[in-house]
Amino acid sequence: MKTLALLATVVTGAILLYGTMDFPAWGDPQSPASTHLSPVYIEKAVAETHVPNIVTAILGDYRGYDTMFETVVIYCAGLAVVSVLRRRES
Amino acid sequence: MKRLQENARNRGLGESLIIQTSVRILVPFIQLFGLYIIVHGHYSPGGGFQGGVVLGASFILLALAFDLRTSTRYLSERANMLLGNVGVLVYVGTGFLCAVMGGLFLDYSALEAIVPLGAIEWRSFGIFIVEVGVGLAVMNIMVSLFWDLGSGGALDEGL
Repeated sequence: MKTLALLATVVTGAILLYGTMDFPAWGDPQSPASTHLSPVYIEKAVAETHVPNIVTAILGDYRGYDTMFETVVIYCAGLAVVSVLRRRES
Repeated sequence: MKRLQENARNRGLGESLIIQTSVRILVPFIQLFGLYIIVHGHYSPGGGFQGGVVLGASFILLALAFDLRTSTRYLSERANMLLGNVGVLVYVGTGFLCAVMGGLFLDYSALEAIVPLGAIEWRSFGIFIVEVGVGLAVMNIMVSLFWDLGSGGALDEGL
C-alpha cells in the first residue's frame, strides 16, 4: 500500500513537472501576463485608486475577493484551533 | 509543558526584571508601529496582514515576558474573539454594503452614495477600511493561536 502511494505521488509529481515545461520563462516580457495584465495595473492603478503603492491597490481593490478569502482562511484556522483545544472550567 | 515550567522555576529561570521592564517599555511602541504599518500600507510596504502580525506579536511578547494571565488582563479572551469576528465582518460587510449600494461586490466606488467623497477617493478609502478589518482579524487570531497552543487550551499559565 505504501509503495502504491509513493508510486502515485511520484507519477503525479512527474506529470506536474512535465506540465511546467510549457510555462513561459521567469520574467519573460513576452508572456501573456506581462503583455496584458501587468501594463494595465502599472499604468492605471494610481489613476484609478489614488493609492501610490500598486501592491496595496492590487491586493485590496483589484484582487479584493482573493484577499477576503485569505482573511477568512486565517479566521477559520483560528476558530478550528479554539474549538479543538480550548477548555475552560468555569 | 508543565515539566518545562517546573524546571525553569527550580533553576531560577523565567522571570527577569530586565526583560520584564524592557518589555513593559517596548510594548506601546510596538503597538504604535503596528498601527503605523496598517495605516501606512497605501504609501509603503505594509498593510493589514503585516500590521496585524506586529500588533499580535506585542501581546505574545507580554505573555512570554510575564505570563499568559498578564496578557489576558490587557486583552481579555472575550474581547479577543469579538475583535477577530469584527475584523472579518468588517471586510465581508464592506463587500456586501458595496453590492447593496448598487455596485459590484467589493467595488468600493459604490459607497459614494453614502458619503460623497468621489468615486476614486472611495476606492482608496475602501482599501483602508478593508485593511483595518484584516489587521484586527490577523492580530486576534495570532494571539488566540498562541494562547491555545501555548497552554494546551487551558489559558492558565502558558509558556
